[in-house]
Amino acid sequence: MMNWVSIGSISDIPRRGARCVATPQGKIAVFRTADDQVFAIEDHCPHKGGPLSQGIVHGTAVTCPLHNWVISLETGKALGADEGVVRTIPVRIDGERLFIALEALASRAA
Amino acid sequence: MTEKLVIIGNGMAPGRMLEHLLEKAPGRYQVTIFNAEPRVNYDRIMLSPVLSGEKAYEEIIIHGDGWYIKHGITLYKGHKIVAIDRQAKTVTSDHGVTEPYDKLVIATGSVPFIIPVPGHDLPGVLTYRDLDDVRAMMLAAQSRAKAVVIGGGLLGLEAAAGLNAQGMDVTVLHVMPTLMERQLDPAAGYLLQRAVEQRGIKVITKANTQAITGNGKVERVELADGTVIPATLVVMAVGIRPNAALAKEAGIAVNRGIVVDAGMRSNDPDIYAIGECAEVNGQVYGLVAPLYEMARVAASHLAGNEAAAFVHMDTPTKLKVTGIELFSLGDFAEGDDRQEIVLRDAAAGVYKRLVLKDDRIIGTVLYGETADGAWFNDLKKKQTDISEMRDTLIFGQSYQGGAPLDPMAAVAALPDDAEICGCNGVCKGKITGAITARGLTSLDDVRAHTKASASCGSCTGLVEKLMVLTIGDKYNPAAVQPMCSCTALGHDEVRRLIKAKGLKTIPAVMQELEWKTSCGCAKCRPALNYYLVCDWPDEYADDYQSRFINERVHANIQKDGTYSVVPRMWGGVTNAAELRAIADVVDKFDIPMVKVTGGQRIDMLGIRKEDLPAVWADLGQAGFVSGHAYAKGLRTVKTCVGSDWCRFGTQDSTGFGVRIEKFMWGSWTPAKVKMAVSGCPRNCAEATCKDVGVICVDSGYEIHFAGAAGLDIKGTEVLGLVKTEDEALEHIVALTQMYREQGRYLERIYKWAKRVGIAEIKRQIMDDGEKRKAYFDRFVFSQKFAQVDPWSERVSGKDKHEFRPMASVGFAQAAE
Repeated sequence: MMNWVSIGSISDIPRRGARCVATPQGKIAVFRTADDQVFAIEDHCPHKGGPLSQGIVHGTAVTCPLHNWVISLETGKALGADEGVVRTIPVRIDGERLFIALEALASRAA
Repeated sequence: MTEKLVIIGNGMAPGRMLEHLLEKAPGRYQVTIFNAEPRVNYDRIMLSPVLSGEKAYEEIIIHGDGWYIKHGITLYKGHKIVAIDRQAKTVTSDHGVTEPYDKLVIATGSVPFIIPVPGHDLPGVLTYRDLDDVRAMMLAAQSRAKAVVIGGGLLGLEAAAGLNAQGMDVTVLHVMPTLMERQLDPAAGYLLQRAVEQRGIKVITKANTQAITGNGKVERVELADGTVIPATLVVMAVGIRPNAALAKEAGIAVNRGIVVDAGMRSNDPDIYAIGECAEVNGQVYGLVAPLYEMARVAASHLAGNEAAAFVHMDTPTKLKVTGIELFSLGDFAEGDDRQEIVLRDAAAGVYKRLVLKDDRIIGTVLYGETADGAWFNDLKKKQTDISEMRDTLIFGQSYQGGAPLDPMAAVAALPDDAEICGCNGVCKGKITGAITARGLTSLDDVRAHTKASASCGSCTGLVEKLMVLTIGDKYNPAAVQPMCSCTALGHDEVRRLIKAKGLKTIPAVMQELEWKTSCGCAKCRPALNYYLVCDWPDEYADDYQSRFINERVHANIQKDGTYSVVPRMWGGVTNAAELRAIADVVDKFDIPMVKVTGGQRIDMLGIRKEDLPAVWADLGQAGFVSGHAYAKGLRTVKTCVGSDWCRFGTQDSTGFGVRIEKFMWGSWTPAKVKMAVSGCPRNCAEATCKDVGVICVDSGYEIHFAGAAGLDIKGTEVLGLVKTEDEALEHIVALTQMYREQGRYLERIYKWAKRVGIAEIKRQIMDDGEKRKAYFDRFVFSQKFAQVDPWSERVSGKDKHEFRPMASVGFAQAAE
């Protein structure tokens, strides 16, 4: 069963920006693109653990602030020549409200 | 013995003639040129892009000073020839220089036609012929006032578009019912008028100028129908006439122009005439292609080949206004013996018309889409019978035989003698031949060897396609390094176009400059944001989402995701209260590391992002502001203790350093800027490896710049010595502003200086007081919007979302 947890409103996140959600398993970065798509991934670059939520958002990708890896928000995979993947978290938009699926986190903790 | 060749005039035709002559008969002549303009040979076709701001004068020079020196040519700049003595075979300039000749070439060009209406001699009435005219127009445009351009032909419209791009309110007056009626039929003229008007330029056709009036200067233009148009600038662009007065006085045969035979020789066998001043077979010319042909013929004759002869040909006309595609060739008047094929596509703004006679093309007008111009030109020149493809002819070359609409295939299908470069009369075979024979791999090489695309540049795309066809992958079309993979444009082009087109938001830049991605990338967005902040300080709204995290949250991100905070310590000076406040902040927030930086201040490392606003609040209480240790902007001004304390100090280096820092803090720059002021040449503040440094001496302030002590190590260059602290500040600020306006994003001062040249920077900052003052003023203006402490803004709540998590979830469940 999916347990969707409310994390706030889409307007809490600037376009082409990100906010963090604190969880017991660590931070989740929630991104909003220029055209109002929302994605959630672990706030942890597969390269050296940089906080992806602090990167520059372009298209449906983010560039890590530490060493400029570019991570796809859709798949969590590093783009270009780099190899690595970060976990993606399901997001649902219901009107203005945003929800993420917490089970995904719990199963990781287990 | 070498013969003496004297040339009167230094425009494009004689320049080209010399190139041919040096190739055909090197060393045969000792060449002397008299140029009434005080400069070298430049590309007059490109004056319109200079006026609109898309190019700089330096970019349109054909022969720099070095070229004349290399070829041993004497060039008298600013010398107007006032007399030719054909008996003594000498010419004399207005400065009194007399030079003997064996052969003389007259290339005095043309003079603009001035309509002799009352007021045509008022200050503020200009023509459009040379660089001085362009500079005068650009100066007038700074007032952002109203301009009237008289003449709706090629030159008039280019002038109007340029002035419009410079921010003026422009009205074009044209005496005929439609624009460019000599090159365009009425339908295309109408489309052109609409496109011009869409840019905010007003057009009045059938306008009969009656008078230009004003009190001591231009204030208005009056038309015959009573209309009065206010204007502070009037540009007359109604036509040109050959400048043959000098030849006439010398008794040389002159009709409309200087009468020459097909070998460009006048009725005096030792005197030639080429260019706009020459008349061949009753025709005078104004477009560059026939003028270059004259240059080629004259050079052949001077080299001893008497067989070369000038043959008349039609030359296509193109309008050099960015965004308007227009091509016109030949004869397109209607007639009983003629048929026409017309294609209109209103939605796409395309109009094409072919005029046929006896199944052959005699005229072509293309508007909105001109790619097939070269092909139609070729069909016309060869008098190809088009009856077979008549039904599809207007759709262009790629349509014939059902071939796919691939521009590459279209170029590949062109015959070897198809003309590619209209300005220089270069055909396809010559270009591909040169590429193969000489192993050319860059566009510049092809330009150098064939001249193709070296004048107006509108055939550059075709030439590039030929290079790809000929050498494939070996041709790297990106001669200019693009900013990033989102665009083919380089940083300099983007910066110039931002100014020229008045682009004031990142989406506008991406739309107008045809970005390939929807919202850029992490490389171009911060660069564009900087360029817009720099160019429109009062109008641009800083896009924080396009800034690197450090500049977004005004702290330096560390490898573990925490931040470091460096408050400003002006000139590296502090006191007990400040140190106590820092100590308290360190205790209160449990800051794990405190470090003295290389820039004479204190760094607190390991601060959690959520704590940043509270840390800044406490620091702000003690009077601290952000040290911008994270910024592509002014970082630190290091100082030594100077004349206040030091027994060697010559000036108050500490005080001056503090003054510089207080004046310049908050400014954004292409890359970080670090400065230092040392009180004597012992240089304890290490000023000679900084972006900008000052060494105080007894006689004043020695200003240094372009040092580096990071990835590269490089001592500074000396900008110059000034006497007072005020002067030193003005010079340093002006230098920084010049760098702000020209630097590419992330390009440090030393790299920028290497690119533009130390001498050029010295010339503008040290020698040109007006330029220096203008740079200084623009910096001061931009500081009005930049000097806001970002920390106190955020303590007051700005960008709250940056520092707090959006939510905390799952903790209750975890606790259960």
